[in-house]
Amino acid sequence: MAGQTYTVSTRTAASQIAAVVALVLLVVAIALPAFASRSLIQDMFFILTMLTLAQFWNLLAGYGGLVSVGQQAFVGFGAYMLFGGAILWGVNPVAGLLLSGVFALILAIPTAFFAFRLQGAYFAIGTWVVAEVVRLSVAQWKAVGGGTGTSLPRDARDAMWGVEWIEAAFDTRSSAARDILAYWLALALAVATIGGIYWFLRTKRGLALAALRDNVDAARSVGVDSARMKWVVFLVAAFGTGIAGGLIFLQNGRISPDSAFSVIDWTAFVIFIVVIGGIGTIEGPIIGVLVFFALQTLLADFGAWYLMVLGGLGIAVMLFAPGGLWGLVSGRTGIQLFPIRRRLERRE
Amino acid sequence: MIWVDTVLQGVLLGGLYALFALGLSLVFGIMRLVNLAHGDLIVFAAYLILLLVTLLGLGPFMAAIVALPIMFALGWALQRVVLNRVLGTDILPPLLVTFGLSVVLQNALLEGFSADSRRIPAGWLETASLPIGPISLGVMPLLTFLSAIAVTLALQWVFYRTSLGRAFRATSDDPVTASLMGVKPASVFAKATGIAMIVVTIAALYLGTRANFDPTTGPARLIYAFEAVIIGGLGSLWGTLAGGIIIGVAQTVGAQINPEWQILAGHVAFLVVLLIRPRGLFPRAFD
Amino acid sequence: MALLETRGLTAHYGDFQALFGVDLDLAEGETMAVIGANGAGKTTLMRSIAGVLAQSPDMVRFDGRAIGAMAPDDIMAAGIAMVPEGRKLFPSLSVEENLLMGCHRRKVAGPWSLETVYGLFPILKERRHQPGTALSGGQQQMVSIGRALMSNPRVLLCDEISLGLAPVVIKDIYAAFPQIRETGASIVVVEQDIGQAMKVADRVHCMMEGRVTLSGKPGELSREAIHDAYFGAAA
Repeated sequence: MAGQTYTVSTRTAASQIAAVVALVLLVVAIALPAFASRSLIQDMFFILTMLTLAQFWNLLAGYGGLVSVGQQAFVGFGAYMLFGGAILWGVNPVAGLLLSGVFALILAIPTAFFAFRLQGAYFAIGTWVVAEVVRLSVAQWKAVGGGTGTSLPRDARDAMWGVEWIEAAFDTRSSAARDILAYWLALALAVATIGGIYWFLRTKRGLALAALRDNVDAARSVGVDSARMKWVVFLVAAFGTGIAGGLIFLQNGRISPDSAFSVIDWTAFVIFIVVIGGIGTIEGPIIGVLVFFALQTLLADFGAWYLMVLGGLGIAVMLFAPGGLWGLVSGRTGIQLFPIRRRLERRE
Repeated sequence: MIWVDTVLQGVLLGGLYALFALGLSLVFGIMRLVNLAHGDLIVFAAYLILLLVTLLGLGPFMAAIVALPIMFALGWALQRVVLNRVLGTDILPPLLVTFGLSVVLQNALLEGFSADSRRIPAGWLETASLPIGPISLGVMPLLTFLSAIAVTLALQWVFYRTSLGRAFRATSDDPVTASLMGVKPASVFAKATGIAMIVVTIAALYLGTRANFDPTTGPARLIYAFEAVIIGGLGSLWGTLAGGIIIGVAQTVGAQINPEWQILAGHVAFLVVLLIRPRGLFPRAFD
Repeated sequence: MALLETRGLTAHYGDFQALFGVDLDLAEGETMAVIGANGAGKTTLMRSIAGVLAQSPDMVRFDGRAIGAMAPDDIMAAGIAMVPEGRKLFPSLSVEENLLMGCHRRKVAGPWSLETVYGLFPILKERRHQPGTALSGGQQQMVSIGRALMSNPRVLLCDEISLGLAPVVIKDIYAAFPQIRETGASIVVVEQDIGQAMKVADRVHCMMEGRVTLSGKPGELSREAIHDAYFGAAA
């Protein structure tokens, strides 16, 4: 024993290959606007923002045990603050993204205060009520169009940082340049989100979170403060969800209370992405968003049938494969692309 | 005088919300299950009644009576086939499955009945009213309120005066020990959801005859129902009725001040109650 | 033929094995005591018989039927009633409602009814409208026993009924046993308290670490033998 040393490591062969592949993909993704069509850029924007929302919802529900059905409150409020900032105070929309995050974070404080009074399943509907209250209140805000909504003013759109440079560099019209800018921001946000959550889960606090998910009492007995962890996770998720919301409507250019606070678009879809992909893993939402996008493309012409299939698939996964698609893959092969488990390795 | 009228109308509206909420309260009280598709099931039942009215030419009340056993069977089967599988200590599966069900139901209704808003025709009853002194109360709102009281009394009777109600309460307390007494929790839960669907059908009758509805009407009804249950205190049937009335009064008073504030005022009332009485007005002594 | 028998009964909780092939026979009208220290597997044995823990069908036989894999409610309907460890009264039910739960499914005519249970434990009649949990520990145990009797069971399983009760209260409760036996029910009593169990039982089985280590009639077993079987010979 004395001659051997042990090191603690989370690395696996799969994770090292994944890291290399991810790096290559990232370089390709950054360069994508140079050769991709505008519609592909828009699709990628959609995928990346949904992925970001899914990662934050997964952090909440999959790791934090906080099943929120009210994340549209932060998407909508974040987006509205970006519009409000641009319209009322002339804030550059790119800088406005920070407003989106900060105001979503501020909204999360009273939301958590109310919703944390509700146990378990009632927490879910409690967050929904808060989202409804915010939606109805914002609909009274005449400066941003009240119930009918508003568009991002032309001068605010034109003033967006970087657009001029992109126009020149890629030789495109300004609307396409704005899409490229939004895409890069979405890429940065998604990478930062995944990287940030992965980093967080590997820290001492992240381990505490996983411990809480597995067994509240046991974790508490070794000194994990569950109430505090819930606050941290809820606020972080609100901040990130708010930025994503701001970005989605920055690209969209138009906002209304019904679109910004849509429970279907910003919560139902996100939940199905996470559940179908595999809840409680970082890989799950990535798989889930790809399946989601494929289904949407395939079934786009079938209207309501598309949502029925999505809902039915979500139910089937929950009933027969609660670990989702990634759970099936990882259960069979043992592969983990984002390993969190620490393993003791012996060095001779 | 206008305020007396406003409050009275609110109380009657509260009867409708209580009907939305009683089914939710019943199911939660027995199996700690929150059915996120509850509102959509109410809308589904409203379409079923509408279908029976238009296809068979039945009156709305007769159609509702025909719909009752259908909805009971549906609830029973839903619990047996789907929901019993996801009950347990983990709250995630039941929430996600019922959320999926909500999306499926809404879109199935959209596919089957289009997005147009509908109403169940109730003939002369729609506009009939009773003058009480200077105030005039609609007959339909009055019937709704009386039905809410009748349903609360009936559920109370089932809960505290029948052997099924005893099994409900025992299973809610401790399903393992209840099974040692010969109770089959899966079957008790199925009956409970069946009964909840009967209440849902009664709620649907009044929802559909009093106002327009469309396939997306459900989620808002779920939220009102949920607020009424929480205000009343989880698992308390009379509390749920009181909760419905509070939401109803808050809404009509809010609307009286500014018509755009109707819904918001109901939500705010809920948040205020949550702030000062987190466990509701009539919390259960033990949980 | 035995009314209730276990054959090679094993039980696991995940990787942990709690029972290693237990063979027991209970004759009609017999009272059997199973004694052993905490963790000997007594409660696991009871839960396996009652169906709370499902085992292979043949591991438990009742009246000729293999019941090892049956659901607890079906086993109760067949005639095995359990007084669970910790009494487990339903807190939202009154004393009388708790008793009535006993005959929720199995409604057979027999010696036991509300009236005769109240005759056995008169205090319960006085307090029949109070919530079960408002009673003292001993009275709660009486409700739990009465509740099981309400089904007129052929076999009554009593799991640690003296746990947490004062000696004088335990004596009161065991005083009811002769009357229960007179009605012809077979009884299995699981106890850590050896004294009471030995007094009421026709036969005693001692368990240790998931195995039966000693069996015999109460009068024929020496204190030393029981001590060894209970704590292990090396202790």
